[in-house]
Amino acid sequence: MSFCTSGKIKFKLSKSSMNYKFKVGCSIENLKGVRDFIRGSLKNHNISELEISEIVLALDEMCSNLMIHAHQCNPDDLFELVINVEQNHPLVFELIDDGTVFDINEFNTPALDNIVHEKRKGGLGIRLVKSIMDKIEYQKTGGRNICRLVKTVHFI
Amino acid sequence: MIHIKRLQEDGADVIALVGEIDASSSIELDLAIAKSVGEGFSKILIDCSALEYISSAGLGVFMSYIEEFKDRNIKMVLFGMSDKVANTFSILGLNELLHIGKDKVQAKQIVNEL
Repeated sequence: MSFCTSGKIKFKLSKSSMNYKFKVGCSIENLKGVRDFIRGSLKNHNISELEISEIVLALDEMCSNLMIHAHQCNPDDLFELVINVEQNHPLVFELIDDGTVFDINEFNTPALDNIVHEKRKGGLGIRLVKSIMDKIEYQKTGGRNICRLVKTVHFI
Repeated sequence: MIHIKRLQEDGADVIALVGEIDASSSIELDLAIAKSVGEGFSKILIDCSALEYISSAGLGVFMSYIEEFKDRNIKMVLFGMSDKVANTFSILGLNELLHIGKDKVQAKQIVNEL
């Protein structure tokens, strides 16, 4: 390996932007694989375990929403999860598919009391994603939906 | 993905969760709790010491029992959570709505005092 000093490695990392892509069928049985992909992509990027676990939680929620609500768990429907990691920049996650858009920004975050009272299991996930991610935006291009989530993390 | 073991100790039903709970496996948690209730247990301890991950689907199961348990005087205490799992509960403030103990000894103490 040519990078033998830690200074060079640090320099190299600060200049690099890494993209990770994962294509997966819309079966909720695949969520475990999605989580493993996210953990694998984010490790070795100086992000704390706790922050990685929160990101996994939010993306698991977004992916299961997409699988269930936009694709009725059809394993033949595929979507793509793209993770962009650049040192000292916010992380960017993109969920790309061609189903019906399920925009969580259109859903009010229900109060916890209401969730308990009405047994609204779905409301919890929306609360989770909104409290973990900084920004959630949707874009439609060429018949494809892109849901972009942005999260600022503290690089250790 | 998730293995659920049940054993009875001092009149309480201890439900041990091993592995990960997500949208595809939360039904198993629901069934285990329902079974415990169906068998007439009024003290339920949830052992989370081998629980590696829980998504909102799993959290929703616990939430869905809160009112029923209050009405039927059934006491449920969770214990043994890792930092990551505990963080998941606290992001949503569920640590305020559920009874959570550090370990089994403390969980038994809490369940007997409720």
